[in-house]
Amino acid sequence: MDLFFYLGPIILMLLLLGFVTYAILFERKVIGWIQNRPGPNQVGPWGLFQTIADVAKLLLKEDIVPGKADRALFKLAPIIAFVPAFAILAVIPFTESWQFGDFAVGLLYYIAISSITIIGILTGAWASNNKYSLLGGMRSAAQMISYEIPLVLSVVGIVMTTGSLDLNDIVLAQKKVWFIVPQFLAFLIFLIASLAELNRTPFDLPEAESELVAGYHVEYTGFRFAFFMLAEYVYVFAMASLTTCLFLGGWLPLFGLTMIPGILWFLLKFSLVVFSLFWIRATMPRLRVDQLMQFAWKVLLPLSLLNIFLTAIFKEIPVLSSFY
Amino acid sequence: MELEASFLTIAWFIALGILLPVVALTVGKWLRPNKPSSRKAITYESGVDPTGEGWVQFHVRYYLFALLFVIFDVETIFLYPWAVAYDSLRATLGIWVLYEMLIFIGLLVLGLAYAWKKKVLKWE
Repeated sequence: MDLFFYLGPIILMLLLLGFVTYAILFERKVIGWIQNRPGPNQVGPWGLFQTIADVAKLLLKEDIVPGKADRALFKLAPIIAFVPAFAILAVIPFTESWQFGDFAVGLLYYIAISSITIIGILTGAWASNNKYSLLGGMRSAAQMISYEIPLVLSVVGIVMTTGSLDLNDIVLAQKKVWFIVPQFLAFLIFLIASLAELNRTPFDLPEAESELVAGYHVEYTGFRFAFFMLAEYVYVFAMASLTTCLFLGGWLPLFGLTMIPGILWFLLKFSLVVFSLFWIRATMPRLRVDQLMQFAWKVLLPLSLLNIFLTAIFKEIPVLSSFY
Repeated sequence: MELEASFLTIAWFIALGILLPVVALTVGKWLRPNKPSSRKAITYESGVDPTGEGWVQFHVRYYLFALLFVIFDVETIFLYPWAVAYDSLRATLGIWVLYEMLIFIGLLVLGLAYAWKKKVLKWE
């Protein structure tokens, strides 16, 4: 075991906390610009310390556990929600050499571990003993399991093309053309399903402020609440990284510009995905709950199954088969 | 990297993931005030006193969606190894590999169509 083994993940965690701090500020700024207002600009120059002030405030707030709550589960839930969010980052290849665990089943690991968070959300929702949070948690669970199916099925086409579940192999298979081109349908399904998995607008029904107060974390205060929020933003980081690796060629350069290091290419594409998530949030209205569930099962699921067979058919066509 | 080292990496990631909340909440305990009162411990319900239990009954349709999820999630587990091995199977067994999966998925789609027709997928 070398030093990198122990220090690497700690450095990643610190980077991640930095990312989350400034992603929240960036999100509020972007939404502010789109809505023609300045966004946070009071704390520090350009609002740079806004999120830090928010975190400090959360840290200093009293921790209230409702009298009727299931105390043990109530305290455990934020941890259950956060741990998988961090654990999935172990398999993301940031560059050729900068990856923590090189798994032959990296993609499967990501998908399997990331669904554990639903249990954390549901635990928190149930343990609060609050009607709003229970409803929010049930909605959240129903939405996340419904959209997980198209999310998982949409990448089968990529697995067929690559013949591997190793994220490294998947990135390297995109040397000729990024998968966003031959697997465009899969990309659309994946993008929509990942928005729903992240509980972000237009799929933020579990947290619909105007309907459910705050969803599954109504009763949470202070730092326990902060960990639910942190888990959510760590998932933004993870999902944007995964999208970059699966569809945008990971660290591979564009136009043969190999003098720019891979990590910069990765960051560039990653930032583009993160920006798109915020952009969509500012643009789209929230879906109705009946539209939400039907869309997953009646539109996305059949389309993602179709994508598998389209990939298989394109493999048979001589002109196209080199891309599939 | 060997498989063993990869598993240790994941164990370290999980340990760190547990450590961060535990450390942060412990440090928070030293910093934050603690003045519990019976009013604070009341469950929140839009500012009025809560009526009845918080653990209310919820609709059976959640259960139906969970069932559907299990069916299609198990299907995915069968699809992934097939997708990984597709190219080599196609080379040795021929196009039958595709037909077999078509039949398998066809049966499940039939199930989905049945659920659709029975209005299980409808959310009122």
